[in-house]
Amino acid sequence: MSVAANHDVILKLEDISKVYAGTIAVKHANFEVRKGAVNVLVGENGAGKSTLMKIIAGVEQPTAGRILLDGNEVSFSSSGDAVSRGIGMVFQELNLFGNLSVAENIFATRELANRFRKIDHKEQEKRAAEFLVQLEAGIRPDMLVEDLRIGQQQLVEIAKAVSLDARILIMDEPTSALSAAEVEILFKVIADLKARGVAIVYISHRLEELIRIGDYITVLRDGRITGQEEMKNVDTQWIVRQMIGSDAKDFAKADGHQPGAEVFRAEDICLPRVTGGLAVDHVSLSLRAGEILGIYGLMGAGRSELFDCIMGRHGHASGRIFIDGKPVKERDTTRRIRRGLALIPEDRQREGLVSILSVASNLTLASLSRFVSLFHIRGGVERQAVTQMVRELSIKVADPAQEVSSLSGGNQQKVVIGKALLTGPKVLLMDEPSRGIDVGAKADVFRTMRKLSRDGLGILFATSDLDEVMALSDRIAVMSNGRLTGMFDRAEATEAAIVAASALGHGPAPHTETNAA
Amino acid sequence: MTDIPAKATAPSASSGSLLLTLMKLRTFIALIVVLVFFSIAAPNFLSAANMILMAKHVALNAFLAMGMTFVIITGGIDLSVGSIVGLCGMVAGYLVLNGIDLQIGYTVYFNVVEIALITLAVGIAIGAVNGLLITRLNVAPFIATLGTLYVARGLALLSSDGRTFPNLVGKADLGTTGFGYLGAGKLLGLPVSIWILVVVALGAAYLARFTPLGRHIFAVGGNERASRISGVRVNMVKMFVYMFSGFCAAIVGLIISSELMASHPATGESFELNAIAAAVLGGTSMSGGRGTIGGTIVGAFVIGILSDGLVMMGVSSFWQMVIKGLVIIVAVVVDQAQRRLQSRVTLMQMAKVG
Repeated sequence: MSVAANHDVILKLEDISKVYAGTIAVKHANFEVRKGAVNVLVGENGAGKSTLMKIIAGVEQPTAGRILLDGNEVSFSSSGDAVSRGIGMVFQELNLFGNLSVAENIFATRELANRFRKIDHKEQEKRAAEFLVQLEAGIRPDMLVEDLRIGQQQLVEIAKAVSLDARILIMDEPTSALSAAEVEILFKVIADLKARGVAIVYISHRLEELIRIGDYITVLRDGRITGQEEMKNVDTQWIVRQMIGSDAKDFAKADGHQPGAEVFRAEDICLPRVTGGLAVDHVSLSLRAGEILGIYGLMGAGRSELFDCIMGRHGHASGRIFIDGKPVKERDTTRRIRRGLALIPEDRQREGLVSILSVASNLTLASLSRFVSLFHIRGGVERQAVTQMVRELSIKVADPAQEVSSLSGGNQQKVVIGKALLTGPKVLLMDEPSRGIDVGAKADVFRTMRKLSRDGLGILFATSDLDEVMALSDRIAVMSNGRLTGMFDRAEATEAAIVAASALGHGPAPHTETNAA
Repeated sequence: MTDIPAKATAPSASSGSLLLTLMKLRTFIALIVVLVFFSIAAPNFLSAANMILMAKHVALNAFLAMGMTFVIITGGIDLSVGSIVGLCGMVAGYLVLNGIDLQIGYTVYFNVVEIALITLAVGIAIGAVNGLLITRLNVAPFIATLGTLYVARGLALLSSDGRTFPNLVGKADLGTTGFGYLGAGKLLGLPVSIWILVVVALGAAYLARFTPLGRHIFAVGGNERASRISGVRVNMVKMFVYMFSGFCAAIVGLIISSELMASHPATGESFELNAIAAAVLGGTSMSGGRGTIGGTIVGAFVIGILSDGLVMMGVSSFWQMVIKGLVIIVAVVVDQAQRRLQSRVTLMQMAKVG
């Protein structure tokens, strides 16, 4: 390691690997955590950052490798184990009990009790208040967590971790829901912890933030550690280079075919949010045959919700959609699929696959009626279609009768795509089609998208990856806060303009809808 | 469905995969074990007469267990089947004895075929009520069917004020004779109820394996959200499984009252538990998505033979309950062990590759 050793190494991971059914999340990682410093960990979505941190926090156990704490080998069988050794974690997905008070959450599992083993609520609230004052968030310890804003909940989570008095504190994207002012407060808290000698592991996607507060940086790509340096020796370019690597993404080239007539149009799609307001706010767009329309937006911009509306998954959504110029009156998913719409959902495990069924059954699930005479599934015809799809999408599977959960993430994604294609769609909606799959599979997916568009399919794809949307789209739509805030032709799109449009509407902004009607 | 298991997935013919194959065939092995054990321990066990008698006992549970299997595969449960058995028996008995009084001085009597059809319709209708409660009103299956369990049992008791409808011979001039055929009749040397079981079981196995509906039942149990997005009509699938379960229960109600030539309103109490036990023993996963009709039938035979064999050996009925419970627990423990072993084998292979 080229890292200067003016801070002692408190925790060391050696040759750690973690395998899940279907994916290898971390491969032979070596990682050092230094005392009294902010140890930054960065990497793209699915690079394995969260998994690595869960291993340190005892939530997950490594499949191979060892963990050294203060030079001694340790193994954590549960998060309680890790906490007792002074390791605390602020989780990316909030781990709070909404039905309990802030104080009860902060002291969950280590309640302050009096000598009759009755919980001392007064004392808990007093102690909780001390931590909360530090965070200057105006949160009272007796408030119910479910009544707080998401940002405030994140602060409670932070207060909970700080109250552990941990020697090592892991923060997994702690600023993702915080306002700028709240971020400043958090940084003050971090500086204070650092001064007390606490080792902080900090994960974030926001590079400017990392460079500001980090002391050491480690970069992860596809489960491997690709760089480890002192922060003062590096710049943004270095980080990006390590994150993306020289084998950068292999985007299939456009082949210059001209899109055909309009195949799909959505008009005035609205979806009310449970908490009030609109999750999808009067969105209209149109798509031509053979065209790839990328929809760029940050998390929560309403991209997935728009797709859900188009597929008819929300009974209370309003607006009109047209295929080949004819209105689609069907309101349920089943009949919209029959009209030529197909969705590749964002969350493969929860919405894309039936993991205990075979690859073959998953592929034909949405299109069984094609293989049926009267009510009998003709096995031969079905098998033929499955074999053909496996070959076309180069799905790596020994036997299509294998359970789909035994495949790698990339191959699972190809199965989801194959399922959609077997329905013979005219319009394909792809929600983050490259999430959580390896580089090779990504290239395959992109190549497939190109090929499908050449064959005349209209493709709408949503992504939060700027490179992807720039490289693959014929046109780029930008969504922010439920609204369509920009529509660019490939030729005139610039990264700056797209990023600017994706931040619109988070403040009070004028109604600037630029539709391509 | 019926391809239970016999395929070994791991290519390496290690001891792990042999153990896995043995575990997958556990219900069959259990069946052979109980058969061998009782043919040695209980005299007359292997006689043809005894075999047929046992098959008739097993058939009743097997019908209910088949309906239950589909329900459990979709991730639900049907507690109401025992009560449906009782109510359907009472409906059949009432119609044979009393017909339907039209309140205008006429009473309509149905012939036996019509009575059977009406009874089946009642069973299906109660299943439909279960299905509607679960799909439209979002009641949890456990609660919905617990409710219909009480309602159906109550209606059965109300229909006769708790008395038995005796002597369902019928009257020749009303065309209501012949009700005993289902329970006592024979075809090619085998009881009619066994033939019905064969037909329904083959039909159900075919449905599970070769029809879109069958495929959808498994998909809904494996991942309801993904099924919905793939265009599966989840609500229709659920309606079907509860209606099919009601249909199976109605068949049992008919057969029992036909065998006894009487309908008793308490018939079928706790039958639902035996049906669940048979399904689970046959490899149906309570978390949904897994199960086979073939496995369930084998499971029903294991439970049935076990209890009949123990009776023949003169084991006290208290001990019978203990033994039955232990068998069910062991079956599920082995099931879990098999899953763990399987996933470990897969993970190890992947780690090696990566």
